[in-house]
Amino acid sequence: MGELWQYLTAPFTALGRGALRSFERVGRSTLFLLQVLRGVPAVLLRPWLIVQQTYSVGVLTTVIILVAGGFVGMVLGLQLFNILVRFNSESSLGTTVGLTLVRELGPVVTALLFAGRAGSALTAELGLMKATEQFSAMEMMAVDPFKRVLAPRFIAGVVSMPLLAAMFSAIGVLTAYVIGVGLLGVDAGSYWSQMQNSVDFYNDLMTGFYKSLAFGFVSTWIALFEGYDSVPTSEGVGRATTQSVVHSSLAVLGLNFILTALLLETS
Amino acid sequence: MQFDNQTGAGDDVLIRVRDLRFRRGSRVIFDGVDMDFHRGAITAIMGPSGAGKTTLLKLIGAQLQPETGSIEVDGLNIHELSQVDLYDLRKRMGMLFQSGALLTDLNVFDNVAYPIREHTRLPERMIRYLVLAKLQAVGLRGAAGLMPSELSGGMARRVALARAIVLDPMMIMYDEPFSGQDPISMGVLMKLIRDLNDNLGLTSIIVSHDVTEASSIADYIYVMAEGKIMEQGTPRQMEDTHSEWARQFLNGLPDGPVAFHYPAPDYGQDLFGG
Repeated sequence: MGELWQYLTAPFTALGRGALRSFERVGRSTLFLLQVLRGVPAVLLRPWLIVQQTYSVGVLTTVIILVAGGFVGMVLGLQLFNILVRFNSESSLGTTVGLTLVRELGPVVTALLFAGRAGSALTAELGLMKATEQFSAMEMMAVDPFKRVLAPRFIAGVVSMPLLAAMFSAIGVLTAYVIGVGLLGVDAGSYWSQMQNSVDFYNDLMTGFYKSLAFGFVSTWIALFEGYDSVPTSEGVGRATTQSVVHSSLAVLGLNFILTALLLETS
Repeated sequence: MQFDNQTGAGDDVLIRVRDLRFRRGSRVIFDGVDMDFHRGAITAIMGPSGAGKTTLLKLIGAQLQPETGSIEVDGLNIHELSQVDLYDLRKRMGMLFQSGALLTDLNVFDNVAYPIREHTRLPERMIRYLVLAKLQAVGLRGAAGLMPSELSGGMARRVALARAIVLDPMMIMYDEPFSGQDPISMGVLMKLIRDLNDNLGLTSIIVSHDVTEASSIADYIYVMAEGKIMEQGTPRQMEDTHSEWARQFLNGLPDGPVAFHYPAPDYGQDLFGG
């Protein structure tokens, strides 16, 4: 009887245990974030730490962002022209490309690429620092790793994301122009003037800015936490790096829906 | 230096461990351990893998919190200090990690200079003087420009040692300093540990299971296992120990109180009993 009961309840036990583990991890990551945020004021007094990290998190991600933005812009130029030409409204290509990139694709695709390039690098770096006892060594040298290592990387991630998203959108608009105007014959004047008329600074550009700021916050937080919380073995660091990319990407996509709903309502 | 009465709380005790209890999950690591570490002495902590030797160093450095008991370092209960006071105390404590734990994005010079740059506002010329002096002491002044990835294991530990002493601490803890070292590196490290201890007036704690090496430079030895101190004494006293467990450990005997065989059912029954 006891065994049968155990057999029947096993799935629920496993589910409950998994849920508890997830809640515990969410709690730990929140405490971790608070510790990182507490380290931020100290880092502001040493701005070169932020500059160094912005270089490795942001500047080194620029190439992949520009290349991806270029290709996405080209595809948008082709696809949107193909749709708009059916309604004789290909002159609206500038508007649709601009709005699509600035409001949605710019922040979201940048955040996904950021998670894959900078986020995974951050997680692996921190995981290896943990595995080689560098955090312990810092603590024993009376250096707080949250102030010296984690907070500068966090600020760098949050600052870099909107800048990268802006670059992505800008290069996308330019390559869509090359395809739409240069190859498919859309009028250059209407491409730019329609874009200028319909892309609003507060409703559209700022929507993209808020989104990319939120994505930068969340994906850097996840990347840092996964690295800091990783099991200090090569297998553990590998798993943490994978989890970092998966969790960041899903968080960005989920958060994008929530932010879109909120920002559409207010705009 | 006399070590006949280790239970006495003499003035020359730098670190005093009392009734230390610590567990990981359900596994008891320390079960009421008392230890004294005397100023100016090299104390070796020995024991089999998993005996909690490294954990003890982390408890002394307040990187871990004990379940009960106290650890006083220079008269201060280290687990009751605020973070500011703890960090102030840690500036006077050095630790050599098993891997060296060098910061991989900095070269040898910058690794050694790291604590000075973090905690002082000394001019760069003075920092250079101090760093080169410490690197000279460990014989690696010529390697100042190398990156950690270019160092051998022994060299990395010597650089870490230079970093650990660069702020002139009162004590230094060594976590398995001899493991994985070739005989020459081992000899260099043993000489450095002894010389630095005597010349700089340090107090040293060595965690090791390299019995011969640790015994040859230690002034006092604790042998730990199963959460307890199994034996303690000077190296001379340890040679004459009556503890069967300590004799097995110190002489590396394959069988004894620590059985060669992991607990298992009868061999014959296991083979033929079905």
